[in-house]
Amino acid sequence: MYVRRLELVDFRSYERVGIDLEPGGTVLVGPNGVGKTNLIEAMGYVATLGSHRVAADAPLVRAGAATAVIRCAIVHDGRELLVELEIVPGRANRARLGRSPVRRSRDVLGALRLVLFAPEDLELVRGDPGERRRYLDDLLVARQPRYAGVRADYERVVKQRNALLRTSYQRRKWAGGERDGADLVTLEVWNAQLIRYGAELLAGRLELCAALGPHIAKAYDAVAAGKGAAAIAYKIGSSGRGTERLSDPPDPLPDRAGLEELLTGLLADARPAEVDRGTTLVGPHRDDVLLTLGHLPAKGYASHGESWSFALALRLAAYDLLREDGIEPVLVLDDVFAELDAGRRARLADLVAGAAQLLVTCAVAEDVPEALRGARFAVSEGEVHRAD
Amino acid sequence: MYEGAIQDLIDELGRLPGVGPKSAQRIAFHILSSDTTDVARLAAALRKVKESVRFCVTCYNVAEEEQCRICRDPRRGNEVLCVVEEPKDVVAIERTGEFRGRYHVLGGAINPLEGIGPDSLKIRELLIRLGNGDVRELILATDPNTEGEATATYLALMIKPMGIAVTRLASGLPVGGDLEYADEITLGRAFEGRRAV
Repeated sequence: MYVRRLELVDFRSYERVGIDLEPGGTVLVGPNGVGKTNLIEAMGYVATLGSHRVAADAPLVRAGAATAVIRCAIVHDGRELLVELEIVPGRANRARLGRSPVRRSRDVLGALRLVLFAPEDLELVRGDPGERRRYLDDLLVARQPRYAGVRADYERVVKQRNALLRTSYQRRKWAGGERDGADLVTLEVWNAQLIRYGAELLAGRLELCAALGPHIAKAYDAVAAGKGAAAIAYKIGSSGRGTERLSDPPDPLPDRAGLEELLTGLLADARPAEVDRGTTLVGPHRDDVLLTLGHLPAKGYASHGESWSFALALRLAAYDLLREDGIEPVLVLDDVFAELDAGRRARLADLVAGAAQLLVTCAVAEDVPEALRGARFAVSEGEVHRAD
Repeated sequence: MYEGAIQDLIDELGRLPGVGPKSAQRIAFHILSSDTTDVARLAAALRKVKESVRFCVTCYNVAEEEQCRICRDPRRGNEVLCVVEEPKDVVAIERTGEFRGRYHVLGGAINPLEGIGPDSLKIRELLIRLGNGDVRELILATDPNTEGEATATYLALMIKPMGIAVTRLASGLPVGGDLEYADEITLGRAFEGRRAV
């Protein structure tokens, strides 16, 4: 799969720009702050319907414009597919697939498969558990779009359940502290929903972690040349009476019914604490993914370079896994090579040289290894020109 | 901004569901340019809807009299009762012509985010109705979203011990469409709910 043409109207710093791309390596060169990452962000938006830099859509629209448009021609198996997205902040985006509008913009998911590695990904290793959960869930949705629905339903149930617990908590506070009020009669109902969707999400994540493991070890080994073994382990989070703790999932992994049972038990244990604190303390939204280098957790112990390599390994593993599924994704490396020493650069180049399409951004063209320098574009303020 | 009455009308129209500021403005100027008799008829209809429409004392559907048309119909069976969220769901099911039992309108679904619990719905009324009636089967036809599912689960938990059969509408593929056009969630659910042929 590769992107043949990308057109932007009123997206970020670009009033109007169009670039024709080719399979194989492409380098986007330009000084800092001229909009290299904006181009990549737009492609990422087509693939995931979200930006890797901001949560809201408003910053994506050029100042002064009402909407932004991304057009992307994608070639897969010799067929070209045109995706058009109109980003309307605060409202539903409009989308077209081919020439015809689709009912929901979600229908364009899957048209472009893309794996993006960006400086923000350092947070995968150093940041909050939420970053790692999102990494897993995004990959889960990319492989099986059904999980987009499971994830949305689960989040909705947690919101509703939290609202119920919070209202009960506030009412008790007003009334002067009687425990476990009668207003929690519907808690059982939300528990049932939480268990149902939670087990489905958990099953998907556990399966994914198992599949990712060997790919991460391989990718880290390749980037860092045998300095420590990288591993990934899913941790089930739960809170007792005010104490946070993480535990290993049962071994061997239970089936869906087994996971539902597991969540049922966790919920029963956490009930007094949940009523006390007025929020949901158990479920996939409290879980974490433990990343280890050798015997030490990467978070807190790994050096900057090691963390960087680990984050890169996570993205490369996702790339490998998607490739195994039979669809060659587009690989994008945003501002990566400047961070790596010459040895790591060369090893990374070897690893990704076979990509169907590889887009690399950099401020200095010489940072990019010779093997990856294919087509070259010069990016300047609001403009992109072919430069080879 | 316009002056006086026209802006008042635009503001009022803009508060209606599904009407944005542009549409509100368009409707307001349409009303302004309409015949006086047409406008009077609209105004009368608006006033009448609040004055004369009531809720059925049995099923809480909208009604013109004490009981709604369906509850008054002697040809309908009392053995199967269908629970829905809103009066418009009754209309939707009635259009199928498949259901010959009676309805119970809850007036919404359990939704803690909006502060709607079981007490805000016509659930106590439903239980009373089930207690002194001859209902043998209860069909839960709440919406297939998290709130509708939660409401259905809640009702099932309360009513099953009463010895009444409780069923839930199936979710699956739209009829007459192509499988390839179904979204992944619907198709996924349809897989889950498959049955032997």
